[in-house]
Amino acid sequence: MAPTGFGPPRLPGSIHPGAAARRTDLKSRIQGSGLSLRGRGGPARDRTAGSPPTRSWVIGLVGLVATMLLAPLALLLSASPAGAVDVRCTAEPDKSACIASTLRTEAGILAGVTLTLTNEAGDTQSTTTSDTGYWSFKVEQEGKYTITIDESTLPKGLVTAGDVTVVAKFGQTVGALIDTRTGNYDASTSKLDELIQSSASGIRLGLLLALASIGLSLIYGTTGLSNFAHAEQVTLGGMVGYGLINVWSINLYLGGLLVVIICGATGWLQDRVMWQPLRHRGLGLTQLMIVTIGLSLAMQYCFQIFVGARTVRVLVANPSVRKIGPVTLTNQSYVAMGISIVVLAAVGYALLRTRIGRATRAVSDNPALAAASGIDVDKVIRLVWTVAAALAGLSGLLYALVTNGIKWDSGLQILLLLFAAVTLGGLGTAFGALIGSLVIGLVVEISPVLGVPGDFKYATALLMLILLLLVRPQGLLGKAQRVG
Amino acid sequence: MDTIQSILNAMVREAVSPQTAAVAIAVIGLNIHFGFTGLLNIGQSAFMLLGAYGFAISITHGLPLVVAVLIGLAAAFVFALVLGMPTLKLRGDYLAIVTISAAEIIRYVGRSVGYDWLLKLTHGAQGIPGSQYRGPFTDLSPFGDGNTTILSFSYHDVAGGAAWVTILGLLLVAGLIAAMVLASRRLSGRIRPAAIIALSILTLLLVLFLAPVTGQNTGVRGWWFTVVTWVLVGISTVVVLLLVKSPWGRLLKGIREDEDAIRSLGKNVFAIKMQALIIGGLFGALGGIMFVLPATVQPDSMGRSLTFFCYTALLLGGAASIFGPVLGSLLFFVGRAFIISASNAYVPDSVLSTDKTAQFAFVVIGVALMLLVIFRPQGILGDKRELRFNV
Repeated sequence: MAPTGFGPPRLPGSIHPGAAARRTDLKSRIQGSGLSLRGRGGPARDRTAGSPPTRSWVIGLVGLVATMLLAPLALLLSASPAGAVDVRCTAEPDKSACIASTLRTEAGILAGVTLTLTNEAGDTQSTTTSDTGYWSFKVEQEGKYTITIDESTLPKGLVTAGDVTVVAKFGQTVGALIDTRTGNYDASTSKLDELIQSSASGIRLGLLLALASIGLSLIYGTTGLSNFAHAEQVTLGGMVGYGLINVWSINLYLGGLLVVIICGATGWLQDRVMWQPLRHRGLGLTQLMIVTIGLSLAMQYCFQIFVGARTVRVLVANPSVRKIGPVTLTNQSYVAMGISIVVLAAVGYALLRTRIGRATRAVSDNPALAAASGIDVDKVIRLVWTVAAALAGLSGLLYALVTNGIKWDSGLQILLLLFAAVTLGGLGTAFGALIGSLVIGLVVEISPVLGVPGDFKYATALLMLILLLLVRPQGLLGKAQRVG
Repeated sequence: MDTIQSILNAMVREAVSPQTAAVAIAVIGLNIHFGFTGLLNIGQSAFMLLGAYGFAISITHGLPLVVAVLIGLAAAFVFALVLGMPTLKLRGDYLAIVTISAAEIIRYVGRSVGYDWLLKLTHGAQGIPGSQYRGPFTDLSPFGDGNTTILSFSYHDVAGGAAWVTILGLLLVAGLIAAMVLASRRLSGRIRPAAIIALSILTLLLVLFLAPVTGQNTGVRGWWFTVVTWVLVGISTVVVLLLVKSPWGRLLKGIREDEDAIRSLGKNVFAIKMQALIIGGLFGALGGIMFVLPATVQPDSMGRSLTFFCYTALLLGGAASIFGPVLGSLLFFVGRAFIISASNAYVPDSVLSTDKTAQFAFVVIGVALMLLVIFRPQGILGDKRELRFNV
């Protein structure tokens, strides 16, 4: 099975319940650092319930047959989720609303704590958290509600930050985040430490982006095409990884290798059946770009059909973290960064030192001249598509591992970062894409530390792109030629 | 037979829906960008979203309807200026990347909960509910209360609504469409538009006869919304027709075909592109306002997917044609309704469960977009020679 030291979440994602059911030994290991899941709201996740073995066996068989028919997408077929143990509050439209969440500290979930709900008129009701820390209130009036913790029912040594006020709306379940922590917990860290920590995350994101964006940039360089479906290749990597490693329980490293091979094969196939014929038909670049948009749309919803709209995890176990100096990252992150660096170096070496790499750069520079000097342009482009898709797949797998899950639109979310990185570095330059990715990764992760609200962190990177285009449209490493 | 009837009803309901018309207005704007000028704007949804926000926020702050619409349009105007300044002098793909990025920024800002004042304006990802800004528009309705069925004479009234009536009717519709195609190919001169318009009206009446639509006069998605939005579609089409036939319109096509040639004639290409971006964006904002009137201003419902729908509709109808956007939007939404309701009815749940038919429709749309561009880039009404351009 998967190596144990493989690590969790800066970004807590959902645990796939079906897979969780198969691992009875799974207990949430909550780490005691600043990176903990402390204070995460949202419904309690069922981690221990079992599903009837026959059912999952049948589903597994059906999945197997379907997989043979629909490879590689059907890898994504998964076992159905197991039932939950907590009685959930369900809100009815125009009638009632729910206020629910899970009570936990950075050290674990809290069961048997009494909570009191007060409405604006002063009426109260109270409840006790279940064994999984889940609690809920059902209310039949919209408006503001205050939730208070009964401190006498709290375990010893815990303090709570106080009351929480939420606004309930009919037909909706509102999460309420009650800040509870152990008494000696210190939430404040120095600004410098925070900066170093987010720089490390930034480099991690940058390296993952670089894996995908080098391919994007090479495709752009050799064919002139802005491939909007490249993001879906990234998602595909994570999804195939989920199918192989989580659903089929293949060893992580072997599964990773398979992911890269399968994704590379999809790139090869795409060029074989689609892009090469279209190039030979002489379809314009604008038209080709719209074809990639169509492909991206179709792929996204294929993911939704096969996997659903939820977040799936490649590894189910909560990974451990390691502290190196002021930086705390999961073990997975360190390994992912290492793999990225090695692969990027290998690609760089291949581009600079090998015959095929030189040929690629020649095609990138001037396809007609390259063809005239005896380079098989179609072969080079085929290789570029294959390598680009394989790298994107690897990037997606690593992304799913370090961010704790992948969703149908994960790729879509980073697509713009990829374009920003490629444009920033200079369209079509492979090393520009590398530098651009690192810059974008750092900007995205550091901007929240510098006071930009968290939901703007992607926007900051895009804003930077627009500003750069004003000053230096050819990008950082692009040649200063007339564009347009 | 009942299944076919219900599928037919779903399609016709979708066809007359105000949101179809609203998207048609946005597609008309996109046609100015992409079809006539060759600007690859992949952020049309942001123009729509900005128009919608400008309108909705103004009304919730007590401004009159006209001012609110103007504010919505002004937001799109400013957005077009900001987008155009850095990119219109560059190669086309820069505009593509910047527009899609900017559209995402607008969406992120709209759904942000980072600042209180912002959250009070946009209400985050949940959006501004329609009930908060719909009032002034609904109050203008001259239709009064109650329900109306368009065309009081329907298939029920012939032979008690027997199956053969519907089948005959559908065959007749097919015949009328064939006649329209024939008319557009064979006829010329003044008879051609007259014949096409007459046949279209006949088809419309026949379709309403086969699938009568009943709706509230004034309520949400009622006839008042439908009529106003479709009238706006008509006005927008006429405006675009006049613009394109003008000398300015010829310049647009000139820029699309060969920018340098226009520049060498002493024209300010940058300024003309900017004007095209702004005008198309204003249509986008108008479409956005009409889009949210019967719904909610929700940033996530007006994201990239909506832009891609606009492109599919545009390419389906035919880019750089006058009626292409309207026809394309109609076919797009009717086709989507058909895929969803037909696969709900006929595909067994074990193959495709009911909750996944919507996703399946999107897959079909994506594949359709690819096939369209590859095999018929001019769409239904377009002219192939007009679409050889490259950015």
